[in-house]
Amino acid sequence: MARYIGKRLIYMFITLALIATFTFFLMKILPGSPIASADKLSPEQRAVVEARYGLDQPLPVQYFDYMFGLLRGDLGISINQFKGANVTDVILSRMGPSAQIGFQGMLLGTVLGILFGMVAALRQNTWVDYGSTIVAIIGISIPSFVFASMLQYWFGLKWDLFPVALWKDGFMSSVLPSIALAMFPLATAARFIRTEMIEVLGSDYITLAKAKGASGSEIAFKHAFRNALIPLITVLGPMAVSILTGSLVVEQIFAIPGIGEQFVKSIMVNDFSIIMGTTIFFSVFLIVVILIVDILYGVIDPRIRLSGGKN
Amino acid sequence: MTQNYEKLPQDAFTRIPRDTQEAEKISKPSVSFWQDAWRSLKKNKGAILSLILFGLILIMSLVGPMISPYEPNDQTITHANLPPKIPVIENLGIMDGVGTLGGREVDLYEMKNVEQNYWFGTDGLGRDMFSRVWKGTQVSLFIAFVAAAIDMLIGVIYGGVSGYFGGRVDDVMQRIVEILTGIPNLVVVILFILIMDPGILAIIIALTITGWTGMSRVVRGQVLKYKSQEFVLAARTLGASDSRIIWKHLMPNVLGVIIINTMFTIPGAIFFEAFLSFIGLGLQAPDASLGTLINDGYKLIQYQPHILLFPAVVLSLIMIAFNLIGDGLRDALDPKMKD
Repeated sequence: MARYIGKRLIYMFITLALIATFTFFLMKILPGSPIASADKLSPEQRAVVEARYGLDQPLPVQYFDYMFGLLRGDLGISINQFKGANVTDVILSRMGPSAQIGFQGMLLGTVLGILFGMVAALRQNTWVDYGSTIVAIIGISIPSFVFASMLQYWFGLKWDLFPVALWKDGFMSSVLPSIALAMFPLATAARFIRTEMIEVLGSDYITLAKAKGASGSEIAFKHAFRNALIPLITVLGPMAVSILTGSLVVEQIFAIPGIGEQFVKSIMVNDFSIIMGTTIFFSVFLIVVILIVDILYGVIDPRIRLSGGKN
Repeated sequence: MTQNYEKLPQDAFTRIPRDTQEAEKISKPSVSFWQDAWRSLKKNKGAILSLILFGLILIMSLVGPMISPYEPNDQTITHANLPPKIPVIENLGIMDGVGTLGGREVDLYEMKNVEQNYWFGTDGLGRDMFSRVWKGTQVSLFIAFVAAAIDMLIGVIYGGVSGYFGGRVDDVMQRIVEILTGIPNLVVVILFILIMDPGILAIIIALTITGWTGMSRVVRGQVLKYKSQEFVLAARTLGASDSRIIWKHLMPNVLGVIIINTMFTIPGAIFFEAFLSFIGLGLQAPDASLGTLINDGYKLIQYQPHILLFPAVVLSLIMIAFNLIGDGLRDALDPKMKD
């Protein structure tokens, strides 16, 4: 197990170093200048501004500066979007709202999804089952930004139940974005739990429990549900990816001052250091989530650990 | 029960003589794998309905821009922001060209003296939404199909070579894939879009740059599984060449998985294209895809919701149809799922 984790950690660092290198050089060949109204500056003024951000150094020097900075957790300074603020600070200051809607969306989605999937499996081939399957298909199919704009239109504009946008009313502001983000986890969990539950319900130990005289709810919760839940860990990775992808558009739609909204803006204004910093931050987040998921799964199910170690 | 045998009338039974010729006869015609798959797919109502629905959308995306009397990019400023109006359906009280203006419900067609009908209404520049939506669908589907085809091609070759030759080749190739899959797709796509000139080509390249890894993994797994089985050994013993074994013996077995995987790549590509267009990294005006149309419509959601409605509905329908077809195909083609 330790060897497996060690190997995975090494891979993680190689991948991250590659992403950082790749991002760095891509930013250098990116068309356009990050300096606001660059054309209007005289060459001398330009030189001063470039020196301020270390852009006058030769490329290898810039590169190693950046990479060593990364090791210290320093992502450089924002060039135009936040006027010289430290990128790490910018990201940290914007993490709150993103983390809140992401976490709420994930929690709401998984809990409802598990519930839907369980009910569907226990009432297989009834209208409950079909209803939950339809919800799951819709949740997987409809992109979060379409869903988010629908929520905003009906619940925000037409019925005026929740704030239309902005991050001013605390929890109430987070309700609609969280629901928009919850759709994919909900659908994934519902489908997954349904399939797993049906499989588990057909296994021998359920028959034994029935023969023993266990009640229906006891079988459902104590035996079937618990065993169906374990494999759900494997879809946590894709769920995290969807929440992150979704946050880019959902934060945009609801004007939430989070990381996703700031990332999209930095792309529009060519703020290299913010783009790089956020890219690396996203990568670290996703890679760490997937690593944790894999390790967790290995801990819970020893059969996976064996085959995982060999691979 | 057993005691009552004598009571049974003797003439109710006749003896059937055993015929050795008949014993070998197969009573039902033999069904090939694909016939069998088609049969179980036909039983799946959702998949068949989706297939028909997708067929309709595909046809509309090809003929839609043609049957509309307006070009997708033609602007008629005096006809801007008209709600949808369809001749027969308007009598039902929907799509009758009535919109709100200054808080009052008025027939905007009458007010603006518009004689023509715009079936899906018009956008802020007076462009016909009907032809734009179908033109956009065409572009989105084109991007998705090309991206999925490239993913499939690279993935199958890479995974096939890696799995079939195994050993050191496999080791090196798998290490590369492991690192590539470690990089989040979202990040790669956005970075590549940034450095290329925006357009259809840029989106396709960005989508395929790491998109093929999923396919390659699946194909490799399948090839690994089948290449060690007896029928391959038998073919090899009989002197079959590598290419013959790959094309004649392995391919037909792996094909099902390839099809299933492609069916799930297509909605993924459609989603990503729309996603990129929505955050402003997609096609540039005046070209339209479903994503850019949704983005345009979103900006006017408060006043002209119909501009958002149609592309969003078409996009959602395509996604739902593909997911259902994919599910149906997986159930039909994956022998593990068979009951």
